[in-house]
Amino acid sequence: MNVRCMHIKSNKNLAKQLKREKLLLLFFFLGLFLVVFVFITLGDMFYRQTGDISALFSAVKDPVVLTAIGTSIAAASLSTLIAFTFGVPLAYLLARKNFIGKSIIEGIIDIPMMIPHVVAGIALYGVLMRSGVIGAPFNMLGFSLIDAFFGIVLAMLFMSLPYLVNTAKEGFKTVDERFENVSRSLGASRSQTFRKVTFPLAFPSIYNGCILTWARGISEFSAVLIVAYFPKSAPILIYERFTSYGLSSSRPIAILFVIICLALFTLLRTSEWRKKR
Amino acid sequence: MIAIKNLERSWKDFNLKDINLTIDRGEYFVILGPTGSGKTLLLELIAGFYIPDTGEIWIDRANVTNITPEERGVGFVYQDYALFPHLTVRENIEFGLIIKKLPKDEIKRESSRMMDLLGITHLKDRYPDTLSGGERQKTATGRALVLKPDLLLLDEPMSALDARTKSGMQDEIKKIHKEAGVTIVHVTHDQTEAMIMADRIGIMMDGRIVQVGTVREIFNMPKDRIIADFVGTENILEGSVTEKIDGLIKINIGSTEISTLSDLETGCKVNALIRPEDIIISREPQRTSARNNIEGVITKIVNLGAIVRIEIDGELVAFTTKQSAEELGLDTGEHIHASFKSTAVHVLKK
Repeated sequence: MNVRCMHIKSNKNLAKQLKREKLLLLFFFLGLFLVVFVFITLGDMFYRQTGDISALFSAVKDPVVLTAIGTSIAAASLSTLIAFTFGVPLAYLLARKNFIGKSIIEGIIDIPMMIPHVVAGIALYGVLMRSGVIGAPFNMLGFSLIDAFFGIVLAMLFMSLPYLVNTAKEGFKTVDERFENVSRSLGASRSQTFRKVTFPLAFPSIYNGCILTWARGISEFSAVLIVAYFPKSAPILIYERFTSYGLSSSRPIAILFVIICLALFTLLRTSEWRKKR
Repeated sequence: MIAIKNLERSWKDFNLKDINLTIDRGEYFVILGPTGSGKTLLLELIAGFYIPDTGEIWIDRANVTNITPEERGVGFVYQDYALFPHLTVRENIEFGLIIKKLPKDEIKRESSRMMDLLGITHLKDRYPDTLSGGERQKTATGRALVLKPDLLLLDEPMSALDARTKSGMQDEIKKIHKEAGVTIVHVTHDQTEAMIMADRIGIMMDGRIVQVGTVREIFNMPKDRIIADFVGTENILEGSVTEKIDGLIKINIGSTEISTLSDLETGCKVNALIRPEDIIISREPQRTSARNNIEGVITKIVNLGAIVRIEIDGELVAFTTKQSAEELGLDTGEHIHASFKSTAVHVLKK
C-alpha cells in the first residue's frame, strides 16, 4: 500500500472515529477555533498584500530591511546559544538534584515569563546602562550595551531563557536515572555518562527548548525597544515604519519577516524530526 | 569476595538495617525477599550508585564504600534491563569497551564474541524497543559480561520473561557463571528461581537480612515462622513436646503424634514445619524409614500441571506427581496415609 493510500485510509478512520466519539468532535471544533484565529490573522495580512506585490519586492531589495532581519536572526541565534550553554547545566541540576533554594531558583527562572515585557525592558535598561551593574564593567572596557547589538542579545536572552531551562529540565526528568547508573557501572565517569547517555536521550527536549527560545527571542519587541533601538532589529523597524508611514509601508516588511521566520522555524522543526529515530 | 559490614541506609521512609553479609568468590548468591524489602537498594549500594549512611562494603579485600561505581568494575543488570534506547544492540554491548578506549578491532571482536555466545548476533543492528523481553535480557547481560567483571549484580533479571524464556535464560546464566567463574549476586522474589539458581540464599525482609544459608537450609530449616511462611512451608503444625528419648522427641499435634530429632525439652510449645514435597501419599501406611504416618481424609485436590496439591483434613498439604495421583486414583473424601521422615520435620520453639 503506498503512502497516499495509507493517508486516505487514516483520514477516513479519523472521520469515522469523530462521528462515533462526540466529545472528540467537540474538542476538534474547540481546537479549530484557535487554528482559524491564527490562520485568519496572518492570512488576512498576506491577502491584503496581494494588491501591492511590488512593495513586497521592494522590501526584499531594501538593504535596511535585510539588515534589520539579519540583526534579529543573528541576535536570536546568539541568545539561544548563550541560553543553551548556561541553561542546560542548570536544567540538569534542577532535574536531578534536590537542594536548599531549588524552588527559589526555579521561581527566578520563571520571572521573565510573568512580567510585562516593557517592565523587563526597563529593568534591563537599569542594569545594562553605562552605570548599571552589568553595563559599568563593559563600559570600562569601552563597550556599551545600550543601543548595541549585544544589548539586543541580552534582552532576547532575558525574555526567552525560561523556555530553554524548563523544557530541558523536563527532558532530563524523562531520562531514567538507571540509564546513568548502568553507564557508570560500565566504567563511564559522570561527565562521560552525561555526554554519551543523558544528553543524547534528553536531546529532543533540549532541541525543542532551543527552538522555542529562538522563536521567543526573535519575536521580542518591547524589551528590545527600550534597551537597544539601534541597531534596528526587524520588529523595531516594522514598528517605526508603521508609526511614521502607516500600514502600507510596514506590512511588506512584516510579511517578509514572517516568511523568513516561518521558513527557518520549519527547517528547524523538520531537522528535529529527522533526528528522531 | 564481598563483605558487607553493619550497612545502613535510609531511603525516603524505608531503611536498610544492620546488613552483614559475606559472599565468596565464584559464588552464586541469591537475595530472596518480598517486594519492598530493600533488595534492589542493597544491590545498588554494592554497585556504588548510592553511599551508605553507615557501614562498609569490601570487594576483594578493598574497602570500596566511598569509591565511585566506575571504579568498582561491577556489572549490573536491572529488572527492566535499562538498555540505552538510542543505541543498537551492538552499540549497547560495545559501550563499556569504548569507554575503556580499547582498540577498534578488539572492540568489534569482543562484542561479536559476546553476541555469538548469547545468540543475538542477528539482532546487532536492532534498537532495544524492537526486542523481545528475552532478547533485551541477553543484550543487557552481554553488555555487562563483555567487560569480564569479577562481580555481576542481577536485579530481578527474569521477572519480565515468560516461563519458557525464563527457563532458557536460567540455564544460560548458570552456564555463563560456571564458565566465566564470575561471582553473581542475584535479587529475586521468586522462590523457585532462587532454588534453581543459588549456591546460597540470603532472605531479606523489611530492610534486614534475616537468614543466610544453602538452599536446603533456607527451605527446610527456616529460622522462624515468618520466613517459613515466605519460603512456602505450607505445613506449620502447632503442638507441644510430650517425650524426649536420645535426641528424638515426640510432638503432640491435636489427635496425632509425630516424632523428629531435636534438643528441645518436654513441655515446650513448638511449630513443626514440613514441606509439602517431603510428604508421601499412599493408600496403606508406609513402614519404611518414614517414621511418621498421619491418616486423614482428602478435602481438596488441585491440579498444578505436573504436580497435584492435596489437602488432608483441611490442614496438611502434600504434593505428588500427576502420575502418582492417577495411579492411586485419589479423590476428595477418600482416606489416605501421609508419611514423612523424622528428618523432614523442622521444629521451631514458639
